[in-house]
Amino acid sequence: MINVKKGEVKTDKRNWPITIMLMLTSILILIPIYMAVMIAFKQPSEMSNDIAGAFKFPSKFSFSNFIEAIQVTDFFHTAGNSLVITIFSVIAVVLISSMVSFAIARNMERKKIYKFFYLYFVSAMFVPFSMLMLPLVKQMAFLHLDNKIGIIFLYVIFNTPINTLLYVGYLKNVPVSLEEAAYVDGANTWTLFWKIIFPMMKPMHATVAVLTALAAWNDVLLPLVLLSGGDGKDITLPLAQMMFQSQFGTNYNLAFASYILALLPMLIFYLVAQKQVINGVMNGAVKG
Amino acid sequence: MAMTLPMVMLFFCFHTLPLFSGFFYSLTNSKGFGDFDFIGLKNYIHLFSNTKVINAYGFTFKFAIVTTILVNIISMILALALNAKIKFKSALRGLYFMPNILGGLIVGYIFNFIFTFVIPAIGKSITSGSLSTSILGNPSIAWIGIVICVAWQAIAFNTIIYISGLQTIPQDVYEASSIDGAGAWKTFWKITFPLVAPFFTINMILCMRNFLMVFDQIMSLTGGGPAGSTTSISMLIYKNGLTGNQFGFQSANSVIYFLVIVVISVFQMKVLNKREVQL
Repeated sequence: MINVKKGEVKTDKRNWPITIMLMLTSILILIPIYMAVMIAFKQPSEMSNDIAGAFKFPSKFSFSNFIEAIQVTDFFHTAGNSLVITIFSVIAVVLISSMVSFAIARNMERKKIYKFFYLYFVSAMFVPFSMLMLPLVKQMAFLHLDNKIGIIFLYVIFNTPINTLLYVGYLKNVPVSLEEAAYVDGANTWTLFWKIIFPMMKPMHATVAVLTALAAWNDVLLPLVLLSGGDGKDITLPLAQMMFQSQFGTNYNLAFASYILALLPMLIFYLVAQKQVINGVMNGAVKG
Repeated sequence: MAMTLPMVMLFFCFHTLPLFSGFFYSLTNSKGFGDFDFIGLKNYIHLFSNTKVINAYGFTFKFAIVTTILVNIISMILALALNAKIKFKSALRGLYFMPNILGGLIVGYIFNFIFTFVIPAIGKSITSGSLSTSILGNPSIAWIGIVICVAWQAIAFNTIIYISGLQTIPQDVYEASSIDGAGAWKTFWKITFPLVAPFFTINMILCMRNFLMVFDQIMSLTGGGPAGSTTSISMLIYKNGLTGNQFGFQSANSVIYFLVIVVISVFQMKVLNKREVQL
């Protein structure tokens, strides 16, 4: 098989001018990160008021800012909260959304009610979270769900519209004949789903998992409003940055060490799973 | 299957019910606690004369429209470049997508430092008067800082969407076009762009929707200031609705906000769908 990717200009020569231009403009992406790392390693006394203060290498790379930031923001605790919330949201979303979408996708042509469920879920995409948040905060506090469990639960709810769209879109391209054959062999819907359909939806699981993980890990508004009345033991990583902003004061070195720590888990994940993340997003765009 | 009905019910309880109760509270003078009375459509009438609300809509729209256009132009150019036959393709794609995985709040704090200290330092060294003070402190241009910061992240995502669009175009279409003697400019407008139009539609709708909901970056860049000039609608609902005793009033605001987003999204879909061509 000839493996030529679609949409590429088929010349034998690499396009060096474009390559070099892309490399040059990528500086705009790297500069803020580079600057943040430099400042995080420096001491306040090294922060002069000129450009060098922000961009020069530190006189020595010391981890003291990081150690202090870990203590000040209770890093391992808040990162643990974020991790628990993200992991359980992803697992719940992949299991529940795929099952519900399968039921919808296979019934919506025959039964009106499933078509209605589909439109009901998908049209909810246009509801901005800030429209729901005021009544939702009351409702969740009333149910004593203003904690981690409540956040995970709401991520499953709020990711349902986009995930239904993605999974149903994917299942439309999966031929039904396979399922009919399984039914003939005596399989029931439950075993059919877990043995055949669920493994087959792997590419879409990756897309859903990546999108959910990014949204849950980086979200500010939902934890902010939901945990506002609590004792603060469930606060997430981004929230901690906001809450300790006043404690950092003008010690930018400490603040930046804390920012780097907060960005690091996602950056490491991205370095390891870069291909899956990008393919996941691209896959979602084409199939969705 | 048995799974669907519980999900629909849960979705109703935690998505649709708050929507309805938001509408309910918009007809009251609730402060978010204690007793309240029904006041009919008074909140809605007051919305249109409240300068804070009008300013928030003005800022949010200005910001969303400018950022949507900027992000889509740059993303399209980057996608064409990253889809060309370049060296280090996957490394460059990986690098250009990176801003999207970072949290908006923290990116905002980093850009806050850049706008407050780095840009003015550069401005002073080249003795440019307009650059020597922080743009975030100037009510008339602080919004540009937010555009730059949000665009820096959003371009990453939209570029990937455009790349996946470009990859759906079969090679022979380009070959036919080059046989016909079409130049690069003409090829883009006559062939590439019409064929990635569905992805253009997705990007325009997603951009506009996300930017109308902007919150995180504003929180860390300006906190809504200076002088309230960068208070987005989300931020106003959060600030005044949750802590400012305006629960009922901001509920009315969020009902209007919701309608605005629906109308814009539907309008965009109608207009943009017409332009799409099927291969």
